[in-house]
Amino acid sequence: MTDSKYFTTTKKGEIFELKAELNSDKKEKKKEAVKKVIASMTVGKDVSALFPDVVNCMQTDNLELKKLVYLYLMNYAKSQPDMAIMAVNTFVKDCEDPNPLIRALAVRTMGCIRVDKITEYLWEPLRKCLKDEDPYVRKTAAVCVAKLHDINAQLVEDQGFLDTLKDLISDSNPMVVANAVAALSEIAESHPSSNLLDLNPQSINKLLTALNECTEWGQIFILDCLANYMPKDDREAQSICERVTPRLSHANSAVVLSAVKVLMKFMEMLSKDLDYYGTLLKKLAPPLVTLLSAEPELQYVALRNINLIVQKRPEILKHEMKVFFVKYNDPIYVKLEKLDIMIRLASQANIAQVLAELKEYATEVDVDFVRKAVRAIGRCAIKVEQSAERCVSTLLDLIQTKVNYVVQEAIVVIKDIFRKYPNKYESVIATLCENLDSLDEPEARAAMIWIVGEYAERIDNADELLESFLEGFHDESTQVQLQLLTAIVKLFLKKPTETQELVQQVLSLATQDSDNPDLRDRGYIYWRLLSTDPVAAKEVVLAEKPLISEETDLIEPTLLDELICYIGTLASVYHKPPSAFVEGGRGVVHKSLPPRTASSESAESPETAPTGAPPGEQPDVIPAQGDLLGDLLNLDLGPPVSGPPLATSSVQMGAVDLLGGGLDSLIGGTNFVAPPTAAVPANLGAPIGSGLSDLFDLTSGVGTLSGSYVAPKAVWLPAMKAKGLEISGTFTRQVGSISMDLQLTNKALQVMTDFAIQFNRNSFGLAPAAPLQVHAPLSPNQTVEISLPLSTVGSVMKMEPLNNLQVAVKNNIDVFYFSTLYPLHILFVEDGKMDRQMFLATWKDIPNENEAQFQIRDCPLNAEAASSKLQSSNIFTVAKRNVEGQDMLYQSLKLTNGIWVLAELRIQPGNPSCTDLELSLKCRAPEVSQHVYQAYETILKN
Amino acid sequence: MIGGLFIYNHKGEVLISRVYRDDIGSRQAADSAVSSSSGPFPGERLGGSMRRNAVDAFRVNVIHARQQVRSPVTNIARTSFFHVKRSNIWLAAVTKQNVNAAMVFEFLYKMCDVMAAYFGKISEENIKNNFVLIYELLDEILDFGYPQNSETGALKTFITQQGIKSQTKEEQSQITSQVTGQIGWRREGIKYRRNELFLDVLESVNLLMSPQGQVLSAHVSGRVVMKSYLSGMPECKFGMNDKIVIEKQGKGTADETSKSGKQSIAIDDCTFHQCVRLSKFDSERSISFIPPDGEFELMRYRTTKDIILPFRVIPLVREVGRTKLEVKVVIKSNFKPSLLAQKIEVRIPTPLNTSGVQVICMKGKAKYKASENAIVWKIKRMAGMKESQISAEIELLPTNDKKKWARPPISMNFEVPFAPSGLKVRYLKVFEPKLNYSDHDVIKWVRYIGRSGIYETRC
Repeated sequence: MTDSKYFTTTKKGEIFELKAELNSDKKEKKKEAVKKVIASMTVGKDVSALFPDVVNCMQTDNLELKKLVYLYLMNYAKSQPDMAIMAVNTFVKDCEDPNPLIRALAVRTMGCIRVDKITEYLWEPLRKCLKDEDPYVRKTAAVCVAKLHDINAQLVEDQGFLDTLKDLISDSNPMVVANAVAALSEIAESHPSSNLLDLNPQSINKLLTALNECTEWGQIFILDCLANYMPKDDREAQSICERVTPRLSHANSAVVLSAVKVLMKFMEMLSKDLDYYGTLLKKLAPPLVTLLSAEPELQYVALRNINLIVQKRPEILKHEMKVFFVKYNDPIYVKLEKLDIMIRLASQANIAQVLAELKEYATEVDVDFVRKAVRAIGRCAIKVEQSAERCVSTLLDLIQTKVNYVVQEAIVVIKDIFRKYPNKYESVIATLCENLDSLDEPEARAAMIWIVGEYAERIDNADELLESFLEGFHDESTQVQLQLLTAIVKLFLKKPTETQELVQQVLSLATQDSDNPDLRDRGYIYWRLLSTDPVAAKEVVLAEKPLISEETDLIEPTLLDELICYIGTLASVYHKPPSAFVEGGRGVVHKSLPPRTASSESAESPETAPTGAPPGEQPDVIPAQGDLLGDLLNLDLGPPVSGPPLATSSVQMGAVDLLGGGLDSLIGGTNFVAPPTAAVPANLGAPIGSGLSDLFDLTSGVGTLSGSYVAPKAVWLPAMKAKGLEISGTFTRQVGSISMDLQLTNKALQVMTDFAIQFNRNSFGLAPAAPLQVHAPLSPNQTVEISLPLSTVGSVMKMEPLNNLQVAVKNNIDVFYFSTLYPLHILFVEDGKMDRQMFLATWKDIPNENEAQFQIRDCPLNAEAASSKLQSSNIFTVAKRNVEGQDMLYQSLKLTNGIWVLAELRIQPGNPSCTDLELSLKCRAPEVSQHVYQAYETILKN
Repeated sequence: MIGGLFIYNHKGEVLISRVYRDDIGSRQAADSAVSSSSGPFPGERLGGSMRRNAVDAFRVNVIHARQQVRSPVTNIARTSFFHVKRSNIWLAAVTKQNVNAAMVFEFLYKMCDVMAAYFGKISEENIKNNFVLIYELLDEILDFGYPQNSETGALKTFITQQGIKSQTKEEQSQITSQVTGQIGWRREGIKYRRNELFLDVLESVNLLMSPQGQVLSAHVSGRVVMKSYLSGMPECKFGMNDKIVIEKQGKGTADETSKSGKQSIAIDDCTFHQCVRLSKFDSERSISFIPPDGEFELMRYRTTKDIILPFRVIPLVREVGRTKLEVKVVIKSNFKPSLLAQKIEVRIPTPLNTSGVQVICMKGKAKYKASENAIVWKIKRMAGMKESQISAEIELLPTNDKKKWARPPISMNFEVPFAPSGLKVRYLKVFEPKLNYSDHDVIKWVRYIGRSGIYETRC
């Protein structure tokens, strides 16, 4: 039996020959011909011309031939919809066949023929098959509902198939249950607001029972569905966990990973004090390790997931470092992932072993792997302080090997080590300098130049070294040029006498001979700084740099939490939310971990502490403090300190605790002076500022609700246009969350129920974070107020105007559409305060053509009032300056999608006749400027 | 879910293509949509148009990619491709959704197993010869991209390539109840004249040792493979010297452990065939099941404690000047002298610029294989508690390559007739309530084989 002959290519006229054979009387010949047709189809030839002839072969009692014809139909029906109708009769007949295999085959195939006209004929057979006596037919019909829904969702709902499908969840056959769950989950994904799956303790119990009995694939469907359930309390969570843990011993890795997902998610709800919590943690490690003995592709999926799990709960695998050691013949993708996890697990306890391994890897063949290993050594140094010395000496050993890319990579990481531990390892500079000639990659050259400039005073021939780079200045990449410019300026400030010529040379190269605007700008700035005020120049250029943080590549916590909900799926492999790679709205419902129910948690876990919440109206209330602060900030030119000294901060926290909830009323009094700030010596300058804002952060956490400016509600959807439903609303932002406050009024005569809401894609990915919940039916003339929480992780599409939002609201009567403009300031995030030097650098960095100027007329505010007003809407004043009687406020804000906007606000307080404010905005995405200006105007004028 | 499944040969030609979802641009759909406007391969233009042809995208970006494959999952224009390779054949699953990635790979492996069970080796020729069968299988085991029952035992009852058999109504319902049933892996009514079962404990012992003889990592991954030829629907219970079980029993009957005197082993983790009742294992740690007929893998396990390392490799590498290396390797066998290890092979890597090698070994045969950059030393048999040695002189060509030789580890292969983890089968009890044969009538065979996994010593 060799079928390969069908693949042999044929000459012209093939189609005619096939046609003749298909119409032959001999059964065998017919079958041969259909096989040939399928073979041609597979290799990509267009055999659609044979459609009628192939369909003619459908009426047969030969199952093999029937299946081949069906295969052909599935491929070509869409291009020949009219002819596809010819096949319908056979399908309908087959659905009545006494043989369950044939009934199932017919219903399965019909669902795959995506022609509207055919689907019409499908309802009746499908309805019958869903209630067929044979489980094989029922399980096939369950999937068919999902197919049909994909073609025509409305029809499936109208025909009541969803209810029948729901009934199948209670079917006696586990495989029917599993397929019904899979189909419902898929349909539910495209209706995020509908409560289709309607999971409750009873249905969960049914699923858990089926879990023990169905096939490995069915177990995956059920576990993935369970993961979407939100248990009502920690006891329910625990009992589900107990019934899911046996799955960790399944041979199928996907079953294991899906079980891990359920456990990781529900664990959030368990109190850490519980014995069971510890047991569960211990149970998770062995199966995760076992996944590493699976085939390499699965190992890769497992490792990407372990990477997430290690970030979320490092305690699970902290003793399992050894299993992540790289094997010589692991595929490269497994090696690279293992390396990542090794660094994450590195700690003081195991660092010696890790380093020995990394050193071994640095001598391997694959360039990417070796580079990553070298970089990993550097990261270990930064992460585990005790090991820094050993890491540095390992890196030096590697530099001695003189392998070009190893040396370059080592130099790049040594630069970071210098930044983390200043004045500790500079003795190695001499060794680094020996390798200057071998550096040919921009990143390594730039790193080396940075080192030379930073430590110019300790390198005798720093000027010679930098001069040697200067010779080929124009051939260097921008990165290197910029670094070289800065390094030479640093050198000049440190050794002015010997290097005057050099600095002249580099400044003229940068400003006169270069086409690069960034380089020219930086050159001019240095030039002017140096020529006007060398002391200031020194303070700017040689300012102390903030320390670099330990782990730069951690996944952002909210994204991490979301990805934990997607364990095992593609999202967890890409480390991206599904919206980043899935087209359209399907399957991109934002998921989040359940909140912890145990109250003991909130106090100790850092992520629940209020971070960077905006201070409320306090500056208004205590103007004296505000003035003082402003002055102090003005005086202080030193580097900003990121946090107050520990001692003072703890005093303040204590004070706030004492004040407790009574703070609200206290703030009301005009003479309120915060005792903790008064206690801090005034000469501390900047720390007071940050201490103060810390205090405010806490107060906002304690009780005062602070938030952005809220516009009064406006009518968005008049009752005339929406069959009696009137919607008015506004947007608010409070303590980091955006919501849409809606007022629904029923002006019709009938009761309204079944409300749901959906947003179209929009510029900032706004999407409802929860379904629209109107608890009771809305009777005539009744009004309800609803606050709908919004998230910004929906799909993104640029709208015109930018802040346009198209909304669809559904109720039992109809679906209504309206669009509204949201004020941009609801998107200003709480951590929008840029540090001062960043601000300066960014302001310079953004090209001038991105600057936009606006006037805000008739706004008689002084700088403090403006600043505090703006701050409550998350526009932060970075610095204040007084120039010739004008107050200049330098402000920053950040949008939810990470776009920074820098602003300069000019106020003339001394001049009552001139109440106009001037606003300049700089942003890398200039199209937002107009809307930011509008936000400024609304905030300041209200 | 899975949107489509393609099988390619090494040249990137499509052998099998089955599209389950509309969002995957199949070649047929693409052709009919753009037939008038495009050249022979519409997908080759990688502009990113919506109708870009998934079949071609994978060929161009992965199979024909210049660089070695860096990931088994590739995302091209918002379409994700999962692939596995079996000899020269690429299997690719395609999707546009956020599918369960682990499931897709498990399915691809399963697909390979099923095909292998039907027609043997997965090769281009076999796939072409069986393409009708493969389409039939794909139709059955993947519905709208959702994997369905893929147990070969069940599939073989109704996907036969024999055309339609005249099945009686009972036969038909038996098939469907097996495919969908709780015991999908076994059919009713199996009869043997002689009830017999074979248990193979197959272990692969993995080691990474430092040149100084320090164990950097060692673990055993083991499998218990069962071949059962049992009548009816037999209930089986499998017992081994699992530390947890032994200790639990020890509490009840203290004398039993002392009487048997057997050592128990600590199992780090184990996974089971889907026939094993996992909830029972979780609560009582007992392994009970109704086995599939014929051969299957009952369990996999992993141990890391008290492993018997059958061989120790002691390397000595000395660089004599720039053009010569002296290598001496001693291997010691570390098990009962009465046992014999077989198929021993030691692979000593040599630098790329090796020009000549002279080897002297006490036992077995050693050869320098230039194409593999290694000296391969083979010994047919070796008893326990013995020692053997090889020494070699490696001549090197002088090079001005700055890069040092990476010194890959010395690896070893062998086979020993015991389980390096120390695992022992204590019992396998068979109960068949309906038929009248008892546990005593079943003939049982147990065999232990320990093989080298990745058994490496750095030098």
